[in-house]
Amino acid sequence: MRNSLHAEQEKEVLRAEDLRVGYGRRPVLENLDFSAAGGRIITIIGPNGAGKSTLLKTLIRQLEPLGGTVFLKEQNLFEMPEQEVAKAMSIVMTERVHPALLTCEDIVSFGRYPYTGRMGVLSGQDREKIAEAMRLVEIEDLAERYFTEVSDGQKQRVMLARAICQEPAVMILDEPLSYLDIRYKLEMLGILKKLAMEQGITVLMTLHELDLAQKISDRVICVKDGGIVFEGTPDEVFVRERMEWLYDLKEEDCGSYLPAFGSLELSRRAGTPAVFVIGGAGSGIPVYRQLWRDGICFAAGVISRGDLDYPVAEALAQTVVVSEPFEPVPESAVKEALQILQNCRTVICTLDPGCGFGSLNARNRRLIEQAEAWNIPVEYR
Amino acid sequence: MRASDKKRYAAGYLILAVLAVILVMITVNLGSVQIAPGDVLRILSGGGNTDPQLQTEAEILLNIRLPRVLAALILGGALAVSGVLLQTFFSNPIAGPFVLGISSGARLVVALVLIACLSKGVILHSAGMALAAFAGSMLAMGFVLAISGRVKNMSVLIVCGVMVGYLCSAVTDFLVTFADDTNIVSLHDWSLGSFSGISWENVRVMTLITAAAMFLTLLQVKPIGAYQLGETYAANMGVNIRSFRIRLVLLSSVLSACVTAFAGPIAFLGVAVPHLVRNLFRTSKPAVIIPASFLGGGTFCLFCDLIARTAFAPAEISISSVTSVFGAPIVIWIMMKRRKEN
Repeated sequence: MRNSLHAEQEKEVLRAEDLRVGYGRRPVLENLDFSAAGGRIITIIGPNGAGKSTLLKTLIRQLEPLGGTVFLKEQNLFEMPEQEVAKAMSIVMTERVHPALLTCEDIVSFGRYPYTGRMGVLSGQDREKIAEAMRLVEIEDLAERYFTEVSDGQKQRVMLARAICQEPAVMILDEPLSYLDIRYKLEMLGILKKLAMEQGITVLMTLHELDLAQKISDRVICVKDGGIVFEGTPDEVFVRERMEWLYDLKEEDCGSYLPAFGSLELSRRAGTPAVFVIGGAGSGIPVYRQLWRDGICFAAGVISRGDLDYPVAEALAQTVVVSEPFEPVPESAVKEALQILQNCRTVICTLDPGCGFGSLNARNRRLIEQAEAWNIPVEYR
Repeated sequence: MRASDKKRYAAGYLILAVLAVILVMITVNLGSVQIAPGDVLRILSGGGNTDPQLQTEAEILLNIRLPRVLAALILGGALAVSGVLLQTFFSNPIAGPFVLGISSGARLVVALVLIACLSKGVILHSAGMALAAFAGSMLAMGFVLAISGRVKNMSVLIVCGVMVGYLCSAVTDFLVTFADDTNIVSLHDWSLGSFSGISWENVRVMTLITAAAMFLTLLQVKPIGAYQLGETYAANMGVNIRSFRIRLVLLSSVLSACVTAFAGPIAFLGVAVPHLVRNLFRTSKPAVIIPASFLGGGTFCLFCDLIARTAFAPAEISISSVTSVFGAPIVIWIMMKRRKEN
């Protein structure tokens, strides 16, 4: 079982060659070359309007390609009969459907369409597949509920179960996490991963949630400026500079992208620091955020580059005085910090003066002593 | 299909069938000449050689009432199914042959052809009427499709359809008013919508057309179901969208044309009946809804025709007046419900 699955996974199931997509004569994306192996999750990211949806619409044959070819299981996708495509590829799109008076089970059973006869009568095997798909996405209890009456998150699962029923080699999803709350988002991705791992289904999807894309994807395709600008593993793709370039994030305009957490930070407050924050080990983060919300420009230090506080301080503080990971705070850093501190109105220390300082940041204690000597109020939080 | 669903569907069909039978029995009895149920059975079982005492009754029953009952059943069914097909096509529950002006288009062309034939002294065969109606349906449908290609808004499309309907009706009324006065009475009756004067030949032709169209429609229940999820999903399930859409347009036009050719325009039935049937069966699965709409449409039409000819007897009112009384409120109800859902 395991071996055959591996053999399956080596195979390419989807390959685009010099594909050109767009509307009418106007190409939106050109020179697209990419491939997807069995059981892999490939995510397409890129700014709004870059052409992600246009690409997906072409792959599901809703749009005619303007040039190039796509091979689905070694066959030319654009020349395959509808029925064949239906058995090899299924979709979950963002467009909302509201079919009145159809139960969730009715919707899921539509997935068996390519396998049933002329009148669409379901066989015992079809029913098993339907039940199995509903079990997989945990919607057995919705079977008899009307589709229009369930929540958005449940609807998305129903559509996913429908797509599973089609027994595809490739599943294409357009923004499958939109409208979902965080729990549904995580569960949705969990199911997709399961499908990829256990059934060898190749998942190709677009996502706006970079943090989740980073975690779930085997490969990431970045589209921008009329083509694929980068393709690689999440580690290669989710690098700060790359993301900020891809989405035209200018720190002073809007904010920054933190690759470690895949999170986004708003841009720092401009000016000269009025508050100096002494923190570490995550204790500084809430203070940084509070100061940011209050519109106060601040400095932070001395923080190790390896500290949990560091990425956030780096993003929000006007200046961060740093030390190297696993090294004690050097004398030079203390001097630098004091330079900034002496012009601040307040010092905030988030570490317990008794036991908060360890051997590596012991010198930060000097900052507090000096502040007190200069009559700068020190606030403990 | 679950056992509870099966039961509900069986109950639904049973209700419709019982209603149909009761209505048929009432309809053949009632009228300017009352025919007792016993006599009806005696006439029907007697074949050609009826009791001389029942000669008039037999005449009325066999040549007037029976064809009329059958026509109402068949055409009402055809119209309701045509509505289902159009609602599928436009993904809108208030689409229907009357609302979209398709019936009126058919009526205009039939009136034109009839008047042309009358003026030349030619009597038009039933099949010719149906053909003319089909041409008119396709013309109006083509116009509606041209609009729908430009405007994506369903309400605008419906308003355009209603306008096309009015336009065609105005021209038809004009033609009918100024037509040669021979046969004008029947032409006038027909152009308002009526089952009076249906002949056995008419019934034969409409049965043939409707049976063929219904057979082909039933072969489409699978893609019709898939199409309820919208074009993108249907295409992904393996439906050839272009040919499917053509099939839908042709079948819905044939069915509604058949109705218009023989009974004139019948308002709102194509919208109201499928809606009532969906709610009775609590599903919109086409394999259940299409046969049920046919049965329900026939029953509803028979009921309306009964009122049309007995309410102000001996005067007859047009069938559309009656179907509007029941159908229009239902259309309003559907629109209000949709508003709430969105």
